[in-house]
Amino acid sequence: MNFDALAGVLLIPAVAAAALAALPGYRISARLNVLAALLTFATAVSLFVVQPASGPYLLVDDLNKVFIVLTTFVGFTTTIFSASYIGHEIEAGRLTPSFVRFYHAMYQVLMFAMNLALVANNIGLMWVAIELATLTTVLMVGIYRTHEALEAAWKYFILGSVGIGLALFGTILVYMAAQPVIGEGLNAMVWTVLVTKAAQFDPALLDVAFVFLLLGYGTKVGLAPLHAWLPDAHAEGPTPISAVLSGLLLNVALYALLRFKMLLALNPSALAPGPLMVTLGLISCLFAAFMLYRRRDIKRMFAYSSIEHMGIIVFAFGMGGALANFAGLLHMTMHSLTKSAIFYAVGHISQVKGTQKIADMGGLTVSNPVLGWGLVLGVAAIAGLPPLGIFMSEFLVVSSTFAREPWLATVLVIGILVGLGGLFLRLNAIAFGEPRGPAAPAQASYVPMFAHLAIVATAGVYLPPALVTGFENVARLLG
Amino acid sequence: MRGNLTFDIAHLLAGSLVLVSFLQLYQARLYALLNIYALHALVLAASVAWQAFVQGAPHLYVTAAIALVFKAIVIPVVLHRIIVRLGIHREIETVVGVGPAMLAGMGLVALSMVVMLRVTPGADPLAREDLAFALSVVLLGLLMMVTRRNAVSQVVGFMSLENGLVLAATGARGMPLVVEISVAFSVLIAFIVIGIFLFRIRERFDTVDVQALDNFRGERR
Repeated sequence: MNFDALAGVLLIPAVAAAALAALPGYRISARLNVLAALLTFATAVSLFVVQPASGPYLLVDDLNKVFIVLTTFVGFTTTIFSASYIGHEIEAGRLTPSFVRFYHAMYQVLMFAMNLALVANNIGLMWVAIELATLTTVLMVGIYRTHEALEAAWKYFILGSVGIGLALFGTILVYMAAQPVIGEGLNAMVWTVLVTKAAQFDPALLDVAFVFLLLGYGTKVGLAPLHAWLPDAHAEGPTPISAVLSGLLLNVALYALLRFKMLLALNPSALAPGPLMVTLGLISCLFAAFMLYRRRDIKRMFAYSSIEHMGIIVFAFGMGGALANFAGLLHMTMHSLTKSAIFYAVGHISQVKGTQKIADMGGLTVSNPVLGWGLVLGVAAIAGLPPLGIFMSEFLVVSSTFAREPWLATVLVIGILVGLGGLFLRLNAIAFGEPRGPAAPAQASYVPMFAHLAIVATAGVYLPPALVTGFENVARLLG
Repeated sequence: MRGNLTFDIAHLLAGSLVLVSFLQLYQARLYALLNIYALHALVLAASVAWQAFVQGAPHLYVTAAIALVFKAIVIPVVLHRIIVRLGIHREIETVVGVGPAMLAGMGLVALSMVVMLRVTPGADPLAREDLAFALSVVLLGLLMMVTRRNAVSQVVGFMSLENGLVLAATGARGMPLVVEISVAFSVLIAFIVIGIFLFRIRERFDTVDVQALDNFRGERR
């Protein structure tokens, strides 16, 4: 094979990062950034056509293909948004050209790290990739150098490192459990080998390992009560990074967790990971839903909404079974698309208004109709109004739970409804009423936002059969 | 007989690491804290080197060398300089007093012994003890990060936590080198990031007291 798509997914961002670090001039680098992300996305899609063989370090299967395509797609649309966003930031003098150069290079490093985490066939390599992704986002969150940005980056760094440290301890324990069965050396860290022998591992060791992994990677997923870094990091970093954090990085951490869950599920005497995930998911959903009410900062509000939705997704995967897994997967996809679309809108809105404070915005549908209605549509989607995509996935989560655990489903519905109320309360102040604050027309690229929203709206009424079978396969894989 | 001796020495070294973690907990001055951290890294280096010898795994000597040169010498020296430049070689305020911190530390060590020794009855005794000690060191590092307000001592807490992870990784027989290098690498990156942050924090706030950071936090109205 002349061209290995698997290597392409990793090499394109890596080469682009090096080139972007060397290139001055933000116009060219913004275009190169878009081009590189488009190429990565095209390569990722080609994984569905020709599936490369898995080696001891890299792996492609039905599960991670879904994640890779989603990651590279949102990564690509975010670069388009980022190009217009960064242009405005330079004009406003909030970022200097050297920082922008750094920003573009880091963006591609982040894409590289996330793709590496997704294709890693080695639990150690996966850990390294997630650590790399954490470090790059820490640097990007602190890029504005304000008090708040530095504090957010510091908090994210410390909490993220502790999380990643606990995850490493869990990874070592998994190796310890595998080593007596598989033998010393590389093989005892390879997913494809681990899953064949998981039934013979020491269950007690696996249990302890999973608790560490859940706490460690759970911090990165943003599960309450380990979420403290998430609202600050979303609110203080550049908005494209908020979009990537919410839409992608949380998913990557979740993917790591799902892999380990699959491993535990293969061992009959190990503890069932489901109840732990269900509990953390419900706590996150309820907690974040109530937190939505007192937000004053628009990005912080949507960060809490991300915690709520990650809670729902982890809950769905924790319930397990074909239907709940399908719902969780669909919800994850819909949430990534919707939340990044919302952040695209929010980025331009805060640039127009010159602030992120909700109190200083108002009447957006009058002053900036396209942005305003885009935000209204996005919030309607994220709150779960029919007939949009999130309504459907939430409906699936709830209905599949009602059939098995009615009480849990009731709690979940309460969380969703409380969250809906909070979002609309704030949306009313932002989008309608008397226009407040500056109302200059935005120099925005609306394409990414409306492209995402169009997909979400379509998914609400029609899912292509190919997608459904694909998701069903993955749902079966997840057990 | 020889088997017993190797076990005893490994046990002694890993146990000393836990003891040094305790020493860190109550250091009230930053200089002393850094010196104890250097000692911590030194004990780690000895422990890793002993594991390399016992397991006949020469690549572990690399890990030991990294611990010795980088963690026991370079980082303490650099942090020393940062402290001087920032002019904060005064006393540390601890949030919790020495007594409660030590008691909490003992509780954590007991916890990790109970957890690790119970779940690994079948494992190699050497790996088993190492793992229990490593978890104690990790938890003591966490405890230190929680009880300190000063950014430098939080970083030291984080680095001793990483030392615990290295101890665990080397205790697991035949764990591929990938991980050791990555751990060392991450410490390096972590340190650079932290170093940059400390300087920026100095520029912006004139203090590295995290309490001061808290004043700028969150909820803008």
